[in-house]
Amino acid sequence: MEHYVNLPLTAEKAKLLRAGDTVYLTGEVYTSRDAGHKRMVELLKRGEELPFDPKDATIYYVGPSPARPGQIIGSAGPTTSGRMDAYAPTLLAQGARGMIGKGARSPEVIEAMKQHTGVYFGAIGGAGALLAKCIKSSELIAWEDLQSEALRRLWVEDMPLVVVIDCEGNDLYAQGRAAYLEGR
Amino acid sequence: MRELDVSIVRDAVARLCVAANTRLPEDVKKAIDEFRSKEDWAIAKGVLENIVENYLIADSENVPICQDTGMACVFLEVGQEVHFVGGGLYDAVNEGVRRGYTDGYLRKSVVADPIRRGNTGDNTPAVVYTDIVPGDRVRITVGPKGFGSENMSAIKMLKPSDGLEGIKKFILDTVEAAGPNPCPPMVVGVGIGGTFDKAAYLAKKALMRPLDVRNPDPYYAELEIELLEQINALGIGPQGFGGLTTALGLNIEVMPTHIAGMPCAVNIGCHATRHATEVL
Repeated sequence: MEHYVNLPLTAEKAKLLRAGDTVYLTGEVYTSRDAGHKRMVELLKRGEELPFDPKDATIYYVGPSPARPGQIIGSAGPTTSGRMDAYAPTLLAQGARGMIGKGARSPEVIEAMKQHTGVYFGAIGGAGALLAKCIKSSELIAWEDLQSEALRRLWVEDMPLVVVIDCEGNDLYAQGRAAYLEGR
Repeated sequence: MRELDVSIVRDAVARLCVAANTRLPEDVKKAIDEFRSKEDWAIAKGVLENIVENYLIADSENVPICQDTGMACVFLEVGQEVHFVGGGLYDAVNEGVRRGYTDGYLRKSVVADPIRRGNTGDNTPAVVYTDIVPGDRVRITVGPKGFGSENMSAIKMLKPSDGLEGIKKFILDTVEAAGPNPCPPMVVGVGIGGTFDKAAYLAKKALMRPLDVRNPDPYYAELEIELLEQINALGIGPQGFGGLTTALGLNIEVMPTHIAGMPCAVNIGCHATRHATEVL
């Protein structure tokens, strides 16, 4: 199934998405990866607030390459999500709902997604030049010292994604492979 | 004796960093195109089409193929008749990486310490390998290595009694464990023999060999073909969504080893396995 989804990603919208569906996402997403996630979770542990409102937010696991003069952003494809598994349940508990990345997630993350109605989207890893085309603005929010790992707010338009794990815990990596092997 | 100013090496390294990151090698393009025509699983074919579109954009707009422009692996084959002048050779290589990554708007992905972290800000230092060879030329290959795939690599000190079956099993198990993480379709570099460290080096070197060039030893050439077929029967597919194309190619490099050992290293590369070469 194909969906055109406008962000923020409410629980109602999330519930309509199933593993294997194609999604074109439009709206605000926040970029964060290893170092940024570590800082976010440290802030929360100290009882402080995140630099953005996590409610219904979507986080894109990306560390873009630098923009040339006149460009909005450099190449901007997903990084491997598994490295954020240690932090993702904490962010889902804060109300963040969408995650964009590539690669497998831990049982703990999938459990947290089921509990908090989260969705894990896959963007095509290694297609950073193509994905940059749907990024229409980029604004630094925090942690400039982290360079490519800084927290940025992006506006994306019709970003092509696949639902890899839905809020019921269905996983395209298992289902897609099984279906291919069965149909071959 | 031929004198070569290291500034020439520096400038070549800078050019190669940019070239490797923006233009996918022809052998990798060819492999993607071949698998795209063979792939009949709809979602897999769609992913391969996007991957082609991506490298065409990178080509025409001079932007990085992938935002992970890697840690710069620099292979120097230095003719023994060459005498470098004008400064330190490795300083020149690192200055080339610094300029290439800064002036070429490539991502700086290197931290100064593995535990304490802290970005070095210019993608240095490079990982440099030097071979001394006959002649008076210098051949430089830059292979930027992304870590989505590097992280899925593995090494095992197999026993001689594990034999060929043990080697095959370890390679297939490593690809299976990598699954959707390393941006499949992967390129698989295998190093067998030597010592613990040498096997890993051979696996990295295997990733630099064009995918349409087989190992000169027919025994290993056949093994490369057989293992690629077995990997592409796993069903992982492009991006792990299912399909034929789990790997674009598999190269094996070997060397003699100890009577007690059979080291095997598997270095996983992504569909944007990049390398560029110049001869000075």
